[in-house]
Amino acid sequence: MVKKIQKQKRINGFAIRFMPYSEIKNLNSTQRIKKVLEIVFENYILILQGRLKPEEETRLIEDTMAMIGHVKNFKGIELAVISSDDKTSTIDRLRNRIAISLSGGDLGAVTIIGPASVVKEIKRDPKKIELMLNK
Amino acid sequence: MAIKIVKNFFKRIFSGIFQNKKEVKLGFYGPPNAGKTSLANRICKDFTGEEIGSVSKIPHETREVQFKEKVEIEYKGKSLTFKMVDTPGIATKVDYEDFLKYKVNKKDAKIRAKEATQGIIESIRWLDDMDMVVVVLDATENPYNQVNITLIGNIVARKIPILIVANKSDLRKANVKKIEEAFPEYTVIGMSAKYGKNLEEFYEEVFKLSKKSK
Repeated sequence: MVKKIQKQKRINGFAIRFMPYSEIKNLNSTQRIKKVLEIVFENYILILQGRLKPEEETRLIEDTMAMIGHVKNFKGIELAVISSDDKTSTIDRLRNRIAISLSGGDLGAVTIIGPASVVKEIKRDPKKIELMLNK
Repeated sequence: MAIKIVKNFFKRIFSGIFQNKKEVKLGFYGPPNAGKTSLANRICKDFTGEEIGSVSKIPHETREVQFKEKVEIEYKGKSLTFKMVDTPGIATKVDYEDFLKYKVNKKDAKIRAKEATQGIIESIRWLDDMDMVVVVLDATENPYNQVNITLIGNIVARKIPILIVANKSDLRKANVKKIEEAFPEYTVIGMSAKYGKNLEEFYEEVFKLSKKSK
């Protein structure tokens, strides 16, 4: 019985939130990062359509570091981006970049962000992504 | 007053002519424990006789940006002066409990974690000042780590010339080819900072890259 409860708790220990790119499209960098971190602080694993700009990704790391020690039990984040730009030819990449500039974001990409207390590791190689969760 | 202006004018002209060559700011970036300080130490020791910082098996040993100015590197009759900038390893998480495995006591582990988070912020802030960046990766680790991808993406977005070093190539688990496959658009040099393996190739690429620096 105890085992059963523990097993249930573990499954209930995390939640996933999907966010379409339209939710952040019109936000500035500060607002985007704030929105992402708010979701992470609620212990959600965020699956975001699209990706942040390179400078926003580093800003996310900076803000994450600034929060460690200030937000209870927060140890940082795990982050992975699967981009449509990965492993494509130069022509395909060029085509992607034109599509990105027209749509205002890399909609073919997916960004996974989770709190390090929930997501132990995101194992990634070119062909697959594995989300390893903490017990 | 007029004499002073004329004096300053000539001072500026002559200092421009006779001033030492411009220092190239060379940053060593990468994830923790990849061997950034080991590589920077190796170069600094070869050309100045002094090291830049201490190394350790415990991650986040470098928690402050440390630099050595006027490091003159001579290679095949050419010479360039560098400001070597060794930076704390960049990570997306820092947990003090990870340091306990290395027999660091709890109090020191917490201090180390706090300093490490500040060091990461400092590392990122220094990026804008760099003329060239050497990204040091551990060749025994999976290169498809988001920190590596984010870091390289940022350096490229800032139009800073970049060189990737696949360090620890002396270890059996090392896979330099995997790093080359992960970052096919950039020059990757497999080397061992610990044993000084492939330093010649490294200097060759650094000199080539310095021509592209701002």
